[in-house]
Amino acid sequence: MARVWLFGDDVDTDQIVPGRYAPYMRPGEDVAQFAFIEARPDFASDAQPGDVIVAGENFGCGSSREYAPEALRRRGIGAVIARSFARIFYRNAVNLGIPVFVSATLAESLADGEQVTLDAGTGRLTSQSGSHELPAPPAFVREILDAGGIVAYVRSTGHFPGEPGGGGQT
Amino acid sequence: MPQTIAEQILSNAAGRRVEAGDLVVVSPDLVMTHDSLTPSIVRIMKEDLGIARVFDPSRVAVVIDHVAPASTVGTANAQNEVRRFAREQGIRLFDVGRGICHQVLVEEHLARPGMLILGSDSHSTSYGAVGAFGSGMGSTDIALALGTGKTWLKVPETIRLVFEGRFRAGVDAKDLALRVGRELTIAGATYCAVEYHGLDWLDLPGRQTLASMAVEIGAKAGIVPPTGAALDGLAPPSWLAFDPSAPVSREHRIDLSSLEPQVALPHAVDNVVDLGEVAGKPVDVVFVGTCTNGRYADLRIVADLLNGRRIAPGVRLMVSPSSSLVFERAASDGTLARLVAAGATVTAPGCGPCMGRHQGTLGDEEVCLSTGNRNFKGRMGSPSAQIYLASPHVAAATAITGSITHPAEVI
Ligand code: SF4
Repeated sequence: MARVWLFGDDVDTDQIVPGRYAPYMRPGEDVAQFAFIEARPDFASDAQPGDVIVAGENFGCGSSREYAPEALRRRGIGAVIARSFARIFYRNAVNLGIPVFVSATLAESLADGEQVTLDAGTGRLTSQSGSHELPAPPAFVREILDAGGIVAYVRSTGHFPGEPGGGGQT
Repeated sequence: MPQTIAEQILSNAAGRRVEAGDLVVVSPDLVMTHDSLTPSIVRIMKEDLGIARVFDPSRVAVVIDHVAPASTVGTANAQNEVRRFAREQGIRLFDVGRGICHQVLVEEHLARPGMLILGSDSHSTSYGAVGAFGSGMGSTDIALALGTGKTWLKVPETIRLVFEGRFRAGVDAKDLALRVGRELTIAGATYCAVEYHGLDWLDLPGRQTLASMAVEIGAKAGIVPPTGAALDGLAPPSWLAFDPSAPVSREHRIDLSSLEPQVALPHAVDNVVDLGEVAGKPVDVVFVGTCTNGRYADLRIVADLLNGRRIAPGVRLMVSPSSSLVFERAASDGTLARLVAAGATVTAPGCGPCMGRHQGTLGDEEVCLSTGNRNFKGRMGSPSAQIYLASPHVAAATAITGSITHPAEVI
């Protein structure tokens, strides 16, 4: 079972990891411990591997800081499911291999702290209120996630998504 | 069929005609990284991707601006790592004191019309001020771009913003940038490019203010067509033709002649009201700086409005020039001396307190009126601090009275 961490709209990257807690400012410390350190201290202390973040519109807006999704990845977050994502955050999360789903309705049917099971491969999420089929991400996103992130994708295929096979270099 | 500016630039970068919705692999003309993230980018390029050299050192620029000068042993060591990397790769490095990346690349004419510029910083949309497609990306994307000379992109649809009329006295491009956020909202242009029409007359600093804040409505790029006297010396390439009839997903009009000074309230950039609704709110700190409003024109507005007066007792006025050229110019014509005489604290050119890391970090419950671009909770320091965003005109008026004030009241 995984815990649901419910968030509202427009969660910005300063909330996920404030700039003052960047690896640049805290060399040698694990950025994972700073995930939501000020905005949601219970998350910082209690989130467990496999837990799921469920949010409203525009999750991850603001800075390009990849250490925000990186903190969630190192925390072992099972998936981020939002009504919509900010562009750079979505791209960073996919690049890092974090399962991301866009769902228009899920946030309304789940409660913070609820226990669910999620199969990130099929997008099936089961909660007390029933079973939800999360819309599949676009094919190229699925391919990057299946490879474990963009670095592994480019290294194994030799090209970028959308590029004719073999045309790339690593 | 005519193409939007974004489509033309990405077609050029892809080497074939592309249109909105296409997934393309493109070669950037320039890749920018800064001190805050360069060490992580280098690690990903060298260790994870196994690539030893950047694709083309002449198409890379590195700027030390985010914590400049260094504030701790850790940031000092990281900056030395950045310097070593630039030296080893033969990359142009703009070291401590030169200024904020987005200002420096424009001043150096490294950012030019028609270019595709990728930056490790979300405000890389700023390069749209000179008619470039500038976009921010995370460390892994930038490491891939440095190592392979390529990135993948979805060609964005374009939102056309059409501006009519001219600003009234005391209103400037920052009020417009905030107004755009108010009308389109924080996510209103997600995945889109924005084209700003009707601004042929607007100067370069005003264009930079506007384009820097394109990311605050979620845009992938925000481009001012490279026409008008502001672009003197920056001729667009022959293939770039600005065509106002290119098909766009949406058009939105804003009348400048009725625009009032705008203020973004804590803690969201689109939580914007006419100044009248928040006038009289006492502040502890006024901050003039950042890639959005730290240019000579902004410092000059503040010094002129202060006009020999001291700032209000109990208020701190922080000024961070956005570059060494800004600093020099403001120093040589007396603008800086006037600011200091009024009671301002001037920092080294760079990002200054914008991200709350050094040089003016906000404490608990403090209220700051900033000419910057973000007022997220905790952005400038304590999460209980409150950040209001406004123009340099409003910053000056507020510094004089100690509470949020309409510029007309101090002229
Ligand atoms: S001034 Fe602020 S917003 Fe601009 S690049 Fe620096 S930290 Fe980012």
